[in-house]
Amino acid sequence: MQFTIEVGRYNPEGTYSDDAVAGEPFPAPWDKALPRRYQSFKVDLPEHAVVLDALIAIREYQDESLAVRCACRSAICGSCAMWVNGHAHLACKSKLSQFIKDGKTRVETPPSMPVIRDLVADMTPFWEKHLKVKPWLENKPLPKDPMEEYTVPNAAMEELIQEVICISCGACLMDCESFAVNPDFLGPQALAKAYRYVGDPRDAEHKERLGRLSERDGIWDCTHCYECVQQCPKGVAPLEQILKLRKLAVDAGFTGNPGTRHADAFGESVKHSGRLNELTLMPKSVGFFNVIDQLKTLPSAFNMARAGKLPPIIHKKIPGVNRIKAIFDRVGGRFK
Amino acid sequence: MKVAFYPGCVSKGACPELYASAMAIAEPLGLELNELTEAPCTGAGVLSEQNTELADSLNGLTLAMAEDIGADLMTICSTCQGVLSNHNYHLQRDEQRLGKVNAVIGDQGFRYRGTTKVKHLLWMLVEDIGLDRVRAAIKRKLTGLKVAPFYGCYILRPAEYLGLIERPERKTYLEELIALLGAEPVEYRGSTKCCGFPMLTFNRDKSLAMAGNHILEAKDKGADVLVTPCPLCHLNLDGQQPDAARVLNAKIDVPIFHLPQLLGLAFGMSPSELRLDHHVVPTKGALERVELKV
Repeated sequence: MQFTIEVGRYNPEGTYSDDAVAGEPFPAPWDKALPRRYQSFKVDLPEHAVVLDALIAIREYQDESLAVRCACRSAICGSCAMWVNGHAHLACKSKLSQFIKDGKTRVETPPSMPVIRDLVADMTPFWEKHLKVKPWLENKPLPKDPMEEYTVPNAAMEELIQEVICISCGACLMDCESFAVNPDFLGPQALAKAYRYVGDPRDAEHKERLGRLSERDGIWDCTHCYECVQQCPKGVAPLEQILKLRKLAVDAGFTGNPGTRHADAFGESVKHSGRLNELTLMPKSVGFFNVIDQLKTLPSAFNMARAGKLPPIIHKKIPGVNRIKAIFDRVGGRFK
Repeated sequence: MKVAFYPGCVSKGACPELYASAMAIAEPLGLELNELTEAPCTGAGVLSEQNTELADSLNGLTLAMAEDIGADLMTICSTCQGVLSNHNYHLQRDEQRLGKVNAVIGDQGFRYRGTTKVKHLLWMLVEDIGLDRVRAAIKRKLTGLKVAPFYGCYILRPAEYLGLIERPERKTYLEELIALLGAEPVEYRGSTKCCGFPMLTFNRDKSLAMAGNHILEAKDKGADVLVTPCPLCHLNLDGQQPDAARVLNAKIDVPIFHLPQLLGLAFGMSPSELRLDHHVVPTKGALERVELKV
């Protein structure tokens, strides 16, 4: 079967073959990404071939200058994450036949990462974040008897299997919406990795980790868009792990942040009236004593009021709200 | 067609124009809306992350109320759709979770058997009401209007909970409808991206940058308006647009329509009936393109 592969190429020397054409510029926030040239190749491969098969075939038989990073070819080393038709995938796990758009498959490094050459992204931002969460166990004091074992309940490790299988390919960070606008955000992979250690009963820094993760650019700066869940090739579901961290952090007492205030204001409103009180949610989340940030919200509030979009001043309860109160009384936890 | 209608908090709060326009298009589409007036807020995912059992119970109650009516539950909000789909997915597969919910809502005289289907108006238009019926309701084609779709994350991801693996075509219903109404769908990357609303209170400037970037990309591709099935996206894209323009130091001025408003215009309703005058970003310019006045 013949496939057409359009490869996004870049080299610092700026030397391209004549048939490599400039593409459309990337939209903001990636408008500063280095410009690529797109070069088309035709390859004959069996129907079951994957994107990486095509890239290797191009490099071996058509253009030996093509730079590709890959190793295992079986979705375990995490080297070949790249954009395939505009989303992050492992090239070795993506069947060509499932990625044909307008008769071709476009591959390139994502504009969210710096590029070194052709399909090789510079993963430095990714590894910096990874290291920031201290992805190793901080040992509890050693047992006195050197023959004594650390024993861990099975259930505790089963809870962590989902994070342990992360292969650090970076696909989640490449497509992370928060990272796109906030380069300092720790990002889905590092946070999922952090949960792997926070959740490990052998770790001595459980609480300290949660404290650090609750700071700016940590768990509360995720925008909850589920891109990471969608793009992760291993089913790690990073967002789900970030949500677990949020709960653990609140339970551990790290509540002095807009995230917790927002959740508390939300719970209070639903318990009281059965529905959301948008009028009080924003000021309560920002924090009444945070005058500067409160002031920032005023122009928008004014614009909305002028358009007749301010929620009613008197917040109505839904009929049968006692039912909702009873549910909160029974299983409301910290929202009781 | 009879549906259990779940309008969601925002259509009754900061986006009353969504509620009004959804009510207005029900009749031409033959929708019999049984509004679940006693159903609670979904918790928008905020309650789910802090307390799964609480969110299971609140959403289980809503699902049980729809089950009692004996009709599919219809949402008009991508976020409500996402949260209800998520809890329904688990309650339909996890007997233990369902059992816990029934113990809690049982005290209130309810029981969820796990049969409710949760469907956004957008899905119902194509799958249940049918495009033929929509076509028959059109009185005025929106010819010449370039419309950029903006889905909202929770109606697209995670695909598994939303039935998108069985029905991948749900990812392009907006484009299909825009074309059916005679308008021209604008293709741009931001259509499936995040509006930034969930982090508005945590990281305001980044949230607004997110919203502004997507609108500017659509504008760059020629869009006159954006249309969204999610009122929370609308709050950021329309309500915060002047502030997003300030953060990005750019001129934006692109009106954002709710899905029922776009349908209503094609069904011959007046802009004021659809409350298109209740937007932060004026809709006047876009309406004039289809020879309408606010």
